Amino acid sequence: MKNEGKSAQRPDNTAFTQQRLPAWQPILSAGIVIPGFLIIGLAFIGIGIGLFLTSQTIQVQEMDYTGVEKDSPCFRCTIPSNLNCTCEVTFSLSTLFTGPVFFYYGLSNYYQNFRRYGVSKDYNQLTGDTRYFKSRSPEEDCSPYSYDSNNNPIVPCGAIANSIFNDTFELYQIINGTKKQVPLDGRGISWWTDYNIKYRNPSPVNGSLAKAFDGTVKPINWPRPAYELDLTDPNNNGFLNQDFLVWMRRAALPQFRKLYRRITDGDYAAGLPAGNYSLTVHYNYPVLSFDGRKKVVFSNVSWMGGKNNFLGLAYLVVGSLCVVMSVVMLVVYAKFKFSDDDDA
Amino acid sequence: MQCSDSIPSAQTGVGSHRERSGEPVRTVVSNLPFEDLKKREQPNRRYEGNAIRTNKYRLWSFIPMNLFEQFHRMANIYFVGLAILNFVPVVNAFQPEVALIPICIILALTAVKDGWEDFRRYQTDQQLNNTPCFIFSRKQMCFVERRWKDVRVGDFVRVLSNEIIPADILLLHTSDPNGVCHMETANLDGETSLKQRKVVPGFSSLVRVLPITKYLERPDKRRTGFGIDSLLLRGCMVRNTDDAAGIVVYAGHETKSMLNNSGPRYKRSKIERKMNTDVLFCVVLLFFMCLIGALGHAIWLETFSSMPSYIVPDSNGNYTPSVLAGFYMFFTMIILLQVMIPVSLYVSIELVKMGQIFFITQDVELYDEELDRRVQCRALNITEDLGQIQYVFSDKTGTLTENKMVFRRCSVMGTEYCHEENAARLAVISGANEEEEVTIYQQTKLPPLFPLEELQDVHTGDKNHANTQVTAASRRRSKVAAEAQSDMAFSSPLETVVVPDRKLILEVDRQMASIQTGPYLDFFLALAICNTVLVSSVTAQRQRVRVNVADLAGAERVGDVLRALTHIFCAANLSNESDGFHSSDVSDAAGQKVISSERKVKSGLSGSEEVCYEAHSPDEAALIHAAKAYGFTMMERTPHYVTVKLPDEALLKFEVLDILTFDSTRRRMSIIVRHPHTKEIIMYTKGADSAIMERLGNVFSGDKIKCVEQWCGWKAVCFSLKVISEQEFRAWSAVRQEALSAIEEKEERLMETANFIESSFTLLGATGIEDRLQESVPETIQALRRAGMQVWVLTGDKPETAINIAYSCKLLEHEDLVFTFSTSRKVLQCQLTNASVPEQTFTGPLMEPSIGLVIDGPTLSMAMSDELVELFVELCKHCRAVLCCRVTPLQKSAVVKLIRQKLRVMTLAVGDGANDVNMIQAADVGIGVSGQEGMQAVMASDFAITRFKHLQRLLLVHGHWCYSRLANMVIYFFYKNVAYVNLLFWYQFFCGFSATAMIDYWLMIFFNLFFTSAPPIMFGIMEKEVSDSTLLSLPELYKRGQHSEGYRRSTFWIAILDAFYQSLVCFFIPYWTYNGSDIGIFAFGTPMNTVSLFTIILHLAIEIKSWTAVHWVIMIGSVLVYFIVTLAYSAICISCNPPSDPYWIMHKQMADPMFYLVCILTTVVALLPR
Repeated sequence: MKNEGKSAQRPDNTAFTQQRLPAWQPILSAGIVIPGFLIIGLAFIGIGIGLFLTSQTIQVQEMDYTGVEKDSPCFRCTIPSNLNCTCEVTFSLSTLFTGPVFFYYGLSNYYQNFRRYGVSKDYNQLTGDTRYFKSRSPEEDCSPYSYDSNNNPIVPCGAIANSIFNDTFELYQIINGTKKQVPLDGRGISWWTDYNIKYRNPSPVNGSLAKAFDGTVKPINWPRPAYELDLTDPNNNGFLNQDFLVWMRRAALPQFRKLYRRITDGDYAAGLPAGNYSLTVHYNYPVLSFDGRKKVVFSNVSWMGGKNNFLGLAYLVVGSLCVVMSVVMLVVYAKFKFSDDDDA
Repeated sequence: MQCSDSIPSAQTGVGSHRERSGEPVRTVVSNLPFEDLKKREQPNRRYEGNAIRTNKYRLWSFIPMNLFEQFHRMANIYFVGLAILNFVPVVNAFQPEVALIPICIILALTAVKDGWEDFRRYQTDQQLNNTPCFIFSRKQMCFVERRWKDVRVGDFVRVLSNEIIPADILLLHTSDPNGVCHMETANLDGETSLKQRKVVPGFSSLVRVLPITKYLERPDKRRTGFGIDSLLLRGCMVRNTDDAAGIVVYAGHETKSMLNNSGPRYKRSKIERKMNTDVLFCVVLLFFMCLIGALGHAIWLETFSSMPSYIVPDSNGNYTPSVLAGFYMFFTMIILLQVMIPVSLYVSIELVKMGQIFFITQDVELYDEELDRRVQCRALNITEDLGQIQYVFSDKTGTLTENKMVFRRCSVMGTEYCHEENAARLAVISGANEEEEVTIYQQTKLPPLFPLEELQDVHTGDKNHANTQVTAASRRRSKVAAEAQSDMAFSSPLETVVVPDRKLILEVDRQMASIQTGPYLDFFLALAICNTVLVSSVTAQRQRVRVNVADLAGAERVGDVLRALTHIFCAANLSNESDGFHSSDVSDAAGQKVISSERKVKSGLSGSEEVCYEAHSPDEAALIHAAKAYGFTMMERTPHYVTVKLPDEALLKFEVLDILTFDSTRRRMSIIVRHPHTKEIIMYTKGADSAIMERLGNVFSGDKIKCVEQWCGWKAVCFSLKVISEQEFRAWSAVRQEALSAIEEKEERLMETANFIESSFTLLGATGIEDRLQESVPETIQALRRAGMQVWVLTGDKPETAINIAYSCKLLEHEDLVFTFSTSRKVLQCQLTNASVPEQTFTGPLMEPSIGLVIDGPTLSMAMSDELVELFVELCKHCRAVLCCRVTPLQKSAVVKLIRQKLRVMTLAVGDGANDVNMIQAADVGIGVSGQEGMQAVMASDFAITRFKHLQRLLLVHGHWCYSRLANMVIYFFYKNVAYVNLLFWYQFFCGFSATAMIDYWLMIFFNLFFTSAPPIMFGIMEKEVSDSTLLSLPELYKRGQHSEGYRRSTFWIAILDAFYQSLVCFFIPYWTYNGSDIGIFAFGTPMNTVSLFTIILHLAIEIKSWTAVHWVIMIGSVLVYFIVTLAYSAICISCNPPSDPYWIMHKQMADPMFYLVCILTTVVALLPR
């Protein structure tokens, strides 16, 4: 009581203010580092082996069908004047290609990540908001794929939609010289969230989707307007067309593949049996002008996705490095220790 | 009327002054006749009102003004420039609105900080402006209560005792019959001693309604003539005077206290300067990266013969030529990679420094129990400079020493009296326990309550009485605080209790008995009266305790008052009764039974001992207490009389004819008095030995001089006497008066007159006063030495004293080779310097003698002349210790500046007095010791400590910590930004250099602002590389900071290289993992973002040497916040931020085992080299 006020200025003597909080000071002694490295190394080697083996089980069938070489089947389709060209790529499988088989198309040297390309779309339009069919939210984003030469609004606008990949494929198994069509499943190849939440079709007018698109024109490169993208399945049209959705999700790197179909049905649910196959390509998409390449990829997937040896190998390399380093350190440490002992 | 005499003289003086400096003449007219006029017609309308405003902004101008201020910072301009660039369609990289976010957040944060600070200033201003005061009103013919802000120039204002003066007031009336008003300037300069102000000659009674015209020059310049002795300054407190009144001459911002207020000092620390160059390096790096981007884009475009469908033409369908596109791309790249320049760095540094300062001020070890004061950090931005000091410049008196003077010996008529007992007591008192000191305190301070009651009645009203009781009570309550108080009055036990020498007493007694005069008596009379010590009534003494108006207002004080009242009376009675016991007790403790019982002083306990002295300097206090110990007690001092009580209880009342005050050029002071019995005019002079010796009339005591010379350890003060004949005095007095009234060259003329009369003295004797070293000064100096700092001592003392102190504080060792330069001839100086330098360079490396250099003031100024300065600096570099004696304040700062500039080193100056202010301001880091000589040094300093030994901890521990923390943090910031930005840069190689970001822009902003900002700030505040005990025991560790090892160019580049490596790993491992797969852009960016977060955080985790709970919380918290925010963001944002569509990406990624595998691998690989 008497001393109150005397030390008004006295700082609080707590561990925090005096910077005396109990502290853990990690000391990297050999006893921790060497086993640590060893454990990390071994774990990595384990993971690496796992990854590598998994990757090895994944079967991949890749075929470039661009038609650069003269003797390739699609060479004749590369002539620009040749419209509606169809070519046939054949391949054979020596073993069963276990299902479900994923059927991808792949492009190289194709920069979907180009910045101006990436912004060239109108989100509001793609949520089915018809107000944005005629006007654009950020006016300049879609240009010059916003209006056609007659100043009609293009829906869906923008470069991404306009440049949609429009080669189509049919796969046949050749059994005794006859072609048996392999059923391709195009359902659910896009992201669930894209299909269910992000993209919306405009609400049909009088039950007709086409009417909702009244007053708009199709993108210039498209053969048919958006509401007629899939003539076989009326529910797979407009902005909810699976291929459209897949295309709209831009690839990160200039060499990419996108899911085209899955082979899950009928006789092929268990996979593609060994044998000869023929792939009919409706060749529409020009890539040679920018030295691009087109390919088709058949692959099955595991828990780690597609075939990828890199990650497994990387784990193996890093793991072994750690082990080697721990051994080296052990040797050095032992030497030091012995020399210390000698001194003592 | 009478005033007309003074006005013309003032007029001429100021007039000529104006010719010289162009100062406007200030004409002040009383407001009273014009009270009814409108404001515009009043004569004083040109002068500012008394309302003050120190806040920078007004409400309406806050935003534009603050923005304007902030844009003085280059970094802010840079970022705003980028944001604006983003509005240019051809080069924009993001949505323009989004790009504004970071800069807006930074600006807003800073604005909030500034605004808050400003608001607090505003509040204190308001409080001041609304303080009540009394203004004379003609209508009511009395003083009416108004507020400070209503005071205008020309108003008559009345100030009561203990009130704070509202404006600069020319004193026209006081309640004191002598026309004197005392004021305490503690608020202005921190000095607690009272200053005396006189009523303007001619205004002995309050002149009421006269329109008075006054001429005064501006208060900030030299004040000569009119206002000097009669100006009451704003902010000071009236003391010992019931009420005072005067006319306001300066108000508001024109008052001296406001003009002296020159905002906080801004110093730029060494790291900050270095950092700025590194920011420039970053800019260069950024420039190259953008150039690569631009060229890459142009070349990439060139490779296409025809444009592919993914290259979007402009709105007209045309493709931009590739060169132009590349050119545009350059700017787009700048926008994309802007984070390379760490925008948050400056803000973070400020936060970190605030944290560091918090911890410095919180340090209990730097807390002074006695003064109840912590270390103060006045400069906010140079904490880390404390860790890089190479040269320490220290004042001696008050800094190395206590500045508590102890009377050690005296010599009268050539006989030396050693006062061995006093010396012995010194040793005892240092080990004395608290109890003892308290009894001493009671003895000296308490009894006066009663005998001096009549004094109190005269001077104070009832209200005051209560106040003083309260404050007295509060003193009683805390023993140690009382101790502190008495320290400030220069009356600590050390000074007050002087044990007389037996031989000398006998001598005095003999003379007292036989005749009424004699050299011994004169000697002690001189001791007693030749000073400017004020005998303070008890009232004054107790008022000196800070009477805090706010405190008194507090309701709970009422109870205290009552309690205190009863308490104090009890205590006083008690101590009165037991006085004899107490004092003998004290003597007992000192081991002085015999003598103390002999002393007559004892008998006069109740009468003489209650006197409290207010001394301007500790020397005076020591001397007057010494005189008291021999029975010569100064009882009262008024401007015209000094009363001394002799050992035989007789009172001698001297008429004071004149006082020639002390100044640093004469180095002596004199008092001219008329002896009450003999009616002789006698001048007593005291001064430094040299100042007296050179003016002695008859050199009769060579042995005396010799013995003074031998007291080199102590301050020697000589006393002398001169009898002046009546005519001589009258003649001189006339000259003196003329000089006094002169305005032009007044100082010089006064000096002349003083020098004229102060000659041919008769030497009475000399006293030796010792100034004790502060505790653990030698240890501190040794530690600073070991830490690689050069310690210099700059002092105004004579070389002998300085050298002695230097030896005792281990600045010089006995085996040192000491060069002493002290000469008045320049040629010799040249030779000496020339000779010693080569010698130095030869012997230096061979035998490593530690060299000490002692140099005195005049020699120093020669050494610092142009032709010698290089040699001098060269010489100093080789010296282990340099001691500069007899240097003026200006020389002190010149030395500091010289070393700082020539050797390009970090300097620190530490001092306590007004004479150190220059030095403190000149050094990189100025430290003020808040001690005996007022607060001026503290006011000028960057850091204020209470004891010299605190320097050790402040520098070695806090300096080192702050330095290494900040250095590491800055490096880490650069690393962090470069590592992150490079991810984007590498991606450019795979997107045609089109400035695409694969990470959502919001997340990029958050990444820098939230996810990775807290850990480095915490790191900068709390990292503890080495514990404080280690740092204190191994001062050598400090050298790391001195050589800037924590923050070098190489460290910077290593960090940058590390950043490059890590970003490569963080980019290419995911790249190879996902190449050729169907991954989307932002799905590709998410693992990278995550990986780099882990890398950056774990990188810091490796750097952190000690982990406390706070570390864990912040580190783990940051990671958690990242995941939570990212998940929430990608769950909520369906298509809110085109072109990135983060919706559900994070969730999808986190469901994919590959994501984790990539994260683990990448992080490990990135950090493996460490």
